[in-house]
Amino acid sequence: MNLATKDIRHNFGRFALTAVGIGMLLMVVMGMGGIYRGVVEDATLLIDRVGADLWIVQRDTRGPFAELSRVPANLVYRAAAVPGVQSSREFVYHTIQRQRDGQPLRIAVLGLSWPTDKGEWVPLMTGRPLGQSHYEMITDKTLGMSIGEQLNLGKETYTVVGTTSNMISSGGDGIAFVTVTDAQAIQFDTPGEAVRLERAARESRGEAFEQAIQQPMMLENAGRPTVQIPAIARPQISAVMVTLSHGANPNEVTKTISGWGDVSVYTAEGQRELLLKGSVEKVRKQIGLFRVLLTIIAAIIMALILYTLTLDKIHSIALLKLIGAPNTVILGLIMQQALILGIVGFGIAYLVGQQLFPKFPRRVIIANADLLELAGIVLAISVLSSMLGIWKAMKVSPNEALS
Amino acid sequence: MTSDSKAYAIEADGLTKIYGSGNTEVVAMRDASMNVKQGEVVALLGPSGSGKSTFLTAVGLINPPTSGRITIGGKLVLDGETAQTNLRSFRREHIGFIFQKSNLIPFLSAVENVQIAMELNGESKRSARSRAIELMDYLGVADRADNLPSMLSGGQQQRIAVARAIANRPSVILADEPTAALDGHRGRQVMELFAKVAHEQGAGVIVVTHDHRALDVFDTIYEMEDGLMHEHND
Repeated sequence: MNLATKDIRHNFGRFALTAVGIGMLLMVVMGMGGIYRGVVEDATLLIDRVGADLWIVQRDTRGPFAELSRVPANLVYRAAAVPGVQSSREFVYHTIQRQRDGQPLRIAVLGLSWPTDKGEWVPLMTGRPLGQSHYEMITDKTLGMSIGEQLNLGKETYTVVGTTSNMISSGGDGIAFVTVTDAQAIQFDTPGEAVRLERAARESRGEAFEQAIQQPMMLENAGRPTVQIPAIARPQISAVMVTLSHGANPNEVTKTISGWGDVSVYTAEGQRELLLKGSVEKVRKQIGLFRVLLTIIAAIIMALILYTLTLDKIHSIALLKLIGAPNTVILGLIMQQALILGIVGFGIAYLVGQQLFPKFPRRVIIANADLLELAGIVLAISVLSSMLGIWKAMKVSPNEALS
Repeated sequence: MTSDSKAYAIEADGLTKIYGSGNTEVVAMRDASMNVKQGEVVALLGPSGSGKSTFLTAVGLINPPTSGRITIGGKLVLDGETAQTNLRSFRREHIGFIFQKSNLIPFLSAVENVQIAMELNGESKRSARSRAIELMDYLGVADRADNLPSMLSGGQQQRIAVARAIANRPSVILADEPTAALDGHRGRQVMELFAKVAHEQGAGVIVVTHDHRALDVFDTIYEMEDGLMHEHND
C-alpha cells in the first residue's frame, strides 16, 4: 500500500496548491536559465549567421560587439587584396531609438555591403532580400513592422521589403538590415542647421588662419559641403568582415593583417568569445547567482512545506510506529511525497513555462540539457528538503499515538 | 524457561517505572506483576493516575519499565529498559492495540486501516484485503469498508480498530478503555468480542477499563492503585 499517494489523495487540494506554488518557483528558476540562453543566443546569432571568417576592427579594441570600433571605409579594399582573402565586406552596426505610434522604438541598424551582400543569408519569414541600393530594409519581427510599411530615418523614408525572426542585438533590440550607405546615412545624419553652423564655424576658423588669409580659395573650400572637401575623411565603418578563400590558411591571413598598425584582427570564434566574456559574462553571472538563490529558496520552501506536511501526520506516524511499521515505511512516506511534489512541480513549471516564455519580450530558450540539469537539481532538493521532515518523523515516539 | 511459562501469553514480573530523578522523581508503577495465560481475558481496573496506562504501555513494549522483566509467548523481550529483541517488529508480529479513541489513520479508508497492519507484517495486498473484509464482515462493518474514518460513527471506528488489532492473529491484545466511546450495548459487544478472540486464537488479552457493567466477561480482574497491582478476588 502506498501511504504517500493515499495521503496526497486525502489532502489533494492542499497538495495541488503546494505543487502549483513549487511549480511556479521552479518555472522562475527554469526561466532564468532560459533567459541566459536567450541572451547568449541573441548575442552570438549575428556573428554566427553573418558567416565571416575574420573580423578586422579598430586597433586595440575588442570589436563592434564589445565597444566602439571605427575603421576607414577603404579598409575593405586593403583586406580584399590580402592573399587568401576571397571577399571582404563593410560592417556598420549601431543602435538608434525613434518614436513610432507614440512608443519608443529601438532598432539595431546593420549595414549590408551592397551589392555583394543583399541579405540573402538572413532567414526571411516574409518578403525578399534587398533589391536596391537605397531605402529598403529587412526587419526583425520584434520591431513589429510588416512588408510595405515605411519608416522615416534621418532624412529618408525606408520601406520594409522583408521580415526575419530571431535577429536580435545583444541588447535585445530587433535588427533592421539596410545597405552600408544607408546605415551610415542614418548614423551620421545631421540636421541642416547643424551643417550650416559647422560650415560657418569652418569659415570662422579659416579667417583666423594665416594661410587662408593668404589664399582666399581655402576659405571658399571651407564653405562647401563636407562631401566636396577632399581633406575631410569619409564616414567610418565599424569593422570589416573577411571571407577566406577555400583552402586558405587563416593564421597566415591573420598574421598579414595583424601587421598593419591601425587594426586588430579576430577570428569569428575569437569575436564570439570576446562578446561572451564581455557584456554577456556579467549577465551570465547575474542570472546565475539569481538562479542559485532561487534554487536555495525553493529548497527551503519545499523543506518547510514537507516539514509542515509531516507535522500534520505526526499522530499517524506515531500510530504506524506503534503497530510496528519499520522506519523505511515512514521514511518512504515522506520521501515519496517530496519526490512527487518535486516531479509534479517540475511538470507544472515546464508546462506553464511553455505557454508563458514565448510571451516574454526577450527570447527564453529552454535547452534539453538545462531541463535535465534542473530535473537533477529538483531531485536533489526534493531529497534534501525531505530530511527535515524525516528527522522529525524519526523522533516521534509511538507513545504520541496514545496522547 | 519452565514448561509452565510456555502456557502464558504475558508474564510481567516486578515492573517498576520511575519518571524523573531526585526531587522530581515520580514512581508511576511499583513492582507490578501479572501473568496472563493464552486465551485468558484480564481486566485492569483502577482510578486515573493509578499506573494502568503505564503498565499497559510497558507490556505493549512502547514505554519500557525502569526495572522488571517482560516475557511474551515464552520469550523474554524486555529486561528493565534493555530490549532483548527488536521491539517494533515484535509489536507488529505479536501485539494488537486498541485505544480509548479508535486511532485510525485518517487518510486511509476503513478497510485500508485494517489491511495496513497485515501488509506491514509481510502479507500480500490481496490476501490482506481479503482478510480485512472478512474481519470487518465479522464485526458488522463490511459495508463501510471504503469510507474514511471521518465518515464513520465512534462505534464503527472502534470496531475497525478491533479488526486491525486482531488482523495479524496476535498472541497479545492490549486495550486501553476501548469502550469509553461506546454505549453500554456496544461496549459489552466489544468486550465479548475480546473474549471470543482470546478463546479462539489463544491470545492473552488485557483490557484497562472503568466500565464495571461488563466485568463478568473477564476471566481475571486486576486492580491498580498508586502504582501497585493486586489481583481482585471478589
